[in-house]
Amino acid sequence: MVGHHYVEQLAASPIDTQITVIGGETRPAYDRVHLSEYFAGRSPEDLALTSREHYIEIGVEAHFGDPVVRIDRHNKNVITQAGRQFSYDKLVLATGSYPFVPSVPGRDHDSCLVYRTIDDLGSIKAQADEAHIGVVIGGGLLGLEAANALQNLGLETHVVEFAPGLMGVQLDTGGSGMLRRKIEALGVKVHTSKVTEVIEATKDSDTRLLLKFADGDCLATDVVVFSAGIRPFDQLALDADLKLGDRGGIEIDYHCKTSDSDIFAIGECASFGGRIFGLVAPGYRMAEAAVSQLGDDKQSFQGADMSTKLKLLGVDVGSIGDAHGTEEGAIAYTFSDERIEVYKRLIVSANGKTLLGAVLVGDCSDYDTLLQYYLNGIDLPTDPETLILPYNAGATPALGASVLPATAIICSCHNVSKGDIVEAMDAGYLALGDVKVETKASTGCGGCAALLKNIVDDQLSERGLEVDTAICEHFSYTRQELFHLIKVGNIESFDELLDKYGSGRGCDICKPTVGSILASLWNDYVLKEKHVGLQDTNDTFLANMQKNGTYSVVPRIAGGEITPDKLIVLGEVAKKYNLYTKITGAQRVDLFGARVQQLPSIWKELVDAGFETGHAYGKALRTVKSCVGSTWCRYGVQDSVAMALYVENRYKGLRSPHKLKSAVSGCTRECAEAQSKDFGIIATENGWNLFVCGNGGMKPRHADLFATDLDDETLIKYIDRFLMFYVRTADRLQRTSVWMENLEGGLDYLKQVVIEDSLGIATELEEQMNNIVGTYQCEWKRTIENPERLKRFVQFVNTDAEDDQIVFVQERGQPRPATEAERLELSKATA
Amino acid sequence: MSQILKICEQTDLVANSGICAIAEGQQIALFYLPKETPPVYAIGNWDPIGKANVLSRGMVGDINQRLVVASPLYKQHFDLQTGNCIEDSAISVPVYHVELAGDEVLVTL
Repeated sequence: MVGHHYVEQLAASPIDTQITVIGGETRPAYDRVHLSEYFAGRSPEDLALTSREHYIEIGVEAHFGDPVVRIDRHNKNVITQAGRQFSYDKLVLATGSYPFVPSVPGRDHDSCLVYRTIDDLGSIKAQADEAHIGVVIGGGLLGLEAANALQNLGLETHVVEFAPGLMGVQLDTGGSGMLRRKIEALGVKVHTSKVTEVIEATKDSDTRLLLKFADGDCLATDVVVFSAGIRPFDQLALDADLKLGDRGGIEIDYHCKTSDSDIFAIGECASFGGRIFGLVAPGYRMAEAAVSQLGDDKQSFQGADMSTKLKLLGVDVGSIGDAHGTEEGAIAYTFSDERIEVYKRLIVSANGKTLLGAVLVGDCSDYDTLLQYYLNGIDLPTDPETLILPYNAGATPALGASVLPATAIICSCHNVSKGDIVEAMDAGYLALGDVKVETKASTGCGGCAALLKNIVDDQLSERGLEVDTAICEHFSYTRQELFHLIKVGNIESFDELLDKYGSGRGCDICKPTVGSILASLWNDYVLKEKHVGLQDTNDTFLANMQKNGTYSVVPRIAGGEITPDKLIVLGEVAKKYNLYTKITGAQRVDLFGARVQQLPSIWKELVDAGFETGHAYGKALRTVKSCVGSTWCRYGVQDSVAMALYVENRYKGLRSPHKLKSAVSGCTRECAEAQSKDFGIIATENGWNLFVCGNGGMKPRHADLFATDLDDETLIKYIDRFLMFYVRTADRLQRTSVWMENLEGGLDYLKQVVIEDSLGIATELEEQMNNIVGTYQCEWKRTIENPERLKRFVQFVNTDAEDDQIVFVQERGQPRPATEAERLELSKATA
Repeated sequence: MSQILKICEQTDLVANSGICAIAEGQQIALFYLPKETPPVYAIGNWDPIGKANVLSRGMVGDINQRLVVASPLYKQHFDLQTGNCIEDSAISVPVYHVELAGDEVLVTL
């Protein structure tokens, strides 16, 4: 990762140089931080940070799977295992680290593994097959990551640690105890103060291995994963007589130079001030400093803050600065609540003014604030304990964004300072979403989202600006507020809402918005008298207006499955009415060029043949795309077509703030492209993985993994809640991705609401959805049965004449609208 | 020489929405807003920006107290009383005098 960051930084810099990358692993750099997601459905491709093709594009020569075995400093070249030789002017060592495996007899057994690379994960997965129990040796950060992986593989998971507590480096005893309590509640068995003496292969037993501990206890298991710390890969440097640090690692100076000034070392293989920095952010800073040495603006690496916030087995853990309170005279404040399993501790300087460290377990919501106090040396409030006490015990004084210095790092993933944010806002990017796009802040882990919003709001008020959230001049409310007003007040029409809460007559912004809310809440027929004026032309005529004033017709083809007979009907209708036909990206057939007066008879034929409206005209659920699934496909593991049909039929016609798309893939090959949809479903061997908030279009976004291995019932339950929550709270024309990014707390918050029911509204959301599903009706079927409604489908109320400005010409065997020039030409010819 | 023509019946109108009728070869968009005085408005149906006969199918409302219809194609607003385009003062559509006489809708051409 760090080596790749170096390459990216150097390639993007003005420094003109030829870069060669030599990697020992068979694949280009990938994201090790999210390695455990491999077991939650992410493929190696998803984890990749780059590709061979990308290196070729940026002019980098790359060789993988052939490690360097020797550095010849005298002749300035390196020699690989295969005997290839590469010369260098400057050499950068980014060899990383390897897992430390204690010298326990029996550690060479096939089922004893390590957790470091994608290949390691492959081995773990292979060994976990037909296994029941897995043990991780090592209760540190990486050990718990590995435990998460074993649990994801469905093994009974044990963690064995030789120290008395988990995560001894980052947590104090109290924090470590709370973490243990929490992960044990999740079914992971923890054994501390255990020294493994020997690992024996067993015969005639249900399990493969037996761990024997120094205290005489035993533990039977099938798989052992060592994760007892890392050691820098410094052998190459040692062989080349480069100076090493006291505790290993290649010694580097402020410029990341080793004892040979033509050789740099960065990342976990380097030792700076006698320390190894085993986190990715410091590694990135080293890479940047090392790149700068080749140019004019030389930067230095000053060491890095090792504060960290992460989720281990779903438990929030945060550690800042001196977690153990080792500084003399330091004062500690501790808050512990065993009922909700939250532990917080502050370490404060003797004079009570400065934050020296903090430990958070079970609730990291204070992490950002505390980190800013710590990093910027901001004076603590008189009663520092208020910073960690629960909200109802007295208001926690939130750290005002205004007291942060411009240099304060807000987003550590992308190294964005408060100054960068202010600068973006100076340049005119005032909206939160724009600031995110412009600075990249809060687009990594998202942990700084709340702080970022604070800063943006603070800056706006400093500039005397107010965020005007009114939907239009007729209502000084947001869509979400209107939704509440309509729901709580049981309001059933636009006029009623306007009388009570609005002014003027309404417009083409608020009318369809209210129309959509009314439909979402009460699911009334959209062409009812009182709703008529609220609909956009597409909703009024239940078809999509095209550039020449004609309409296109899209019948529903749920899941993209269609019988030959129905396909023939589509062809016959298109032929009879001379319509242009095109297959859409949503696995349907679009029929173009219908005049408004033709729509009822076209739909009569379609409805008679069993078709329903496809809602292509509405801000509604459009389509659920599917691959062919396990019924036909050699690789499919679930029946994706049946699931797509079920999902599409359940949510069809659901009126929403913006269009909604979905897809179901029958295996991880993902042929249905579910990860580009508002909600996507991907089959696993055990059920379904649910992805949310993706989209294609102008700004494509990959969906986020939301929940894994769900059974049918839970899957639908989560989607019900997710969709209804979106319908309730999103802004007008806000797609799910932007909606989620604007939710304070983002994806995690959404998970809390949908999965953990943190707002206590899950049942209500489900009931609301059930009500909509239960009252579904095909709008076209209803329309063609109602002569009064059909009255509107005429070109002119006083004559049967056709609009002579609608002119078609033939192209590739089908009609298309004439261009303006063609139209004038044709009318001249007939005149 | 202007003339008054019966263009359609009142029952052909749709409240709070538009319809189109043809008179002397001209396509006329008629909007019926029962709460307003007068309640009926008539403008040309041709959208000079979208270049199609569609204005009768736009949504009606008000912008700064001016009654408008929004083009269903590219959403520009046209003033129902003056025909002026709100977004581009250089563009306008024809406006017709229209009134209700009993059950009949009369347009002056």
